[in-house]
Amino acid sequence: MSTEISSAHRSHQLGRIFIYGSLIVLAAFYLMPLWVMIVTSLKSLDEIYSGSFIGLPKLITIEAWEKAWGQACIGTACDGLRPYFVNSLLMVIPAVVLSTGIGAINGYILTKWRFPGSNLVFGLLLFGCFLPFQAVILPMAQLLGKLRLSGTIPGLVLVHTVYGISFTTLFFRNYFITIPDELTRAAQIDGAGFFRIFFSVMLPASLPIIVVSCIWQFTQIWNDFLFGVSFTAGQSSPITVALNNIVNVTMGRKQYNVDMAAAMIAAIPTLIVYVVAGRYFVRGLTAGAVKG
Amino acid sequence: MRADPDLISQPGCHPAGASSGISENIGNAVMRSTLSLKDRFTLWLPRLVLSPSLVAVFVGVYLFIAWTGWISLSSSKMVPQYDFVGLEQYVRLWATPRWGTAVANLFVFTALFLTITISVGLAIAILLDQRVRAEGFLRAVYLYPMALSFIVTGTAWKWILNPDLGVEKVVQELGWSSFVFDWITRPEYAIYCVVIAAVWQSTGFAMAIFLAGLRGIDNSIIKAAQIEGAGLPRIYLSIIVPMLRPAFLSVIVLLSYISIKSFDLVLALTNAGPGNATEMPSTFMFSATFRRNQMGVGAASAMMMLMTVAAIIVPYLYSELRETRNEH
Repeated sequence: MSTEISSAHRSHQLGRIFIYGSLIVLAAFYLMPLWVMIVTSLKSLDEIYSGSFIGLPKLITIEAWEKAWGQACIGTACDGLRPYFVNSLLMVIPAVVLSTGIGAINGYILTKWRFPGSNLVFGLLLFGCFLPFQAVILPMAQLLGKLRLSGTIPGLVLVHTVYGISFTTLFFRNYFITIPDELTRAAQIDGAGFFRIFFSVMLPASLPIIVVSCIWQFTQIWNDFLFGVSFTAGQSSPITVALNNIVNVTMGRKQYNVDMAAAMIAAIPTLIVYVVAGRYFVRGLTAGAVKG
Repeated sequence: MRADPDLISQPGCHPAGASSGISENIGNAVMRSTLSLKDRFTLWLPRLVLSPSLVAVFVGVYLFIAWTGWISLSSSKMVPQYDFVGLEQYVRLWATPRWGTAVANLFVFTALFLTITISVGLAIAILLDQRVRAEGFLRAVYLYPMALSFIVTGTAWKWILNPDLGVEKVVQELGWSSFVFDWITRPEYAIYCVVIAAVWQSTGFAMAIFLAGLRGIDNSIIKAAQIEGAGLPRIYLSIIVPMLRPAFLSVIVLLSYISIKSFDLVLALTNAGPGNATEMPSTFMFSATFRRNQMGVGAASAMMMLMTVAAIIVPYLYSELRETRNEH
């Protein structure tokens, strides 16, 4: 009897070792690229070429970060990533605010002010979530040209807002549908109008979904490359395009430490958002999976 | 595409049928008495506020798709031409060897990317579901690549897979001096490098959806099966995994969508090379349109991509819709 218990105990322990062992090995695999990026960015070029890849730097230097931020050459300009970082900020902030605001009011209308055909409208909006953007970049380039917005940050803000509406509307619609209609009806009986109900009943109750929507849009727009590379050139590019240009420059000895520092600079804003508000990030991520 | 109120609703939502909304109240009032100007305004205001979004999406999605479709039927090269040449550009597209490479790569890439991402993602989800310590931390570790840009991922992996200074060298220095890992420089293997980086980036996503599915399964099912004497692996294989069908469907559809549009990763990691060995439909479309002055061919390839995505997404949404119907 006692041997039976101890063998069951042992197999349980073996199982736990297997579970934790696999999880740790996998975690190491997923962390490895980040580790390699960070240590490489802190090494001198000589140390890298002498064959140090995964180990800690012998001598920590932030030279590569300074270069990537302020001196690396992108095209003919050698001002580093800084101007492009600013471009991305100027693009992402208005686009996030606009698309989230529009999504909020759309979601409010599609749940609390339903009209004949409002479900069809929602369905048509929804397809925008799954649009391969290659199918629209040609006409969009033409339209931006006609509006005199090609190659400008406002042009990118417009594009990201238009193609962000589908997702933000989806977020807010699914959230507002859980808010009881009695709440809005009561406000209406008290004499509150369309906008009044939105601002003083709906919005105060929707902080979590506002966070989800902002994080999702921020990550998507900051990380976008296709629109950036299609609609901008040179000085007005967002950071992803600039990063790709730095990495693909092949003059002289390849500066891997600068490449990695540049990649880190481009990654840090979304990584910070992820670390600070990961829970909301996951909610945005799985919202696209219809019933997950 | 049909719209359905419950199509995207999360579990635990109010069924949409139960919400009558404010506008219907007004609508009823309107039926009974004549419309005052104020009522009429209240009735139309929401639609008025919604209309700019509708116009934007109608133009940006549907009109632009039609526009691209039209260009794919024209003789456009450097600038758009609005003539009609039938399916000439499609014939030209399918006669282009480079497009053949792109389509073949898409199949290889999608098959491997889906198989590996789903198996690893499901394995991690099951392991994490065994009441492990530090689950939150581990989950965050597996998922953080999803927050990165594909350009960042491509840059990092390009360096890791570099045969002179990267992983190959590390393994050689560990003592296995004949170890060779130079796939990224070899045309016949470079596509597998794209698979590795894409799997690394997307596993967390599959894991998150599977984990949500696992958490929705009643624990008593596992307990009952254990009492019957079934071991854990058997319980998972024959009971739990089949119950994850909806999660599988979501993961398969969304990963296929990611793989069809994957563009940034290929560009950053291999720049569609060596030669054009890792060309994908998305990179083909881009270079035809913006680099090689073949706008018509580019538009035709974009339409092929759109049709592939629609062939996957529309039935998916439709099946979700039918399932919801049956539940009610």
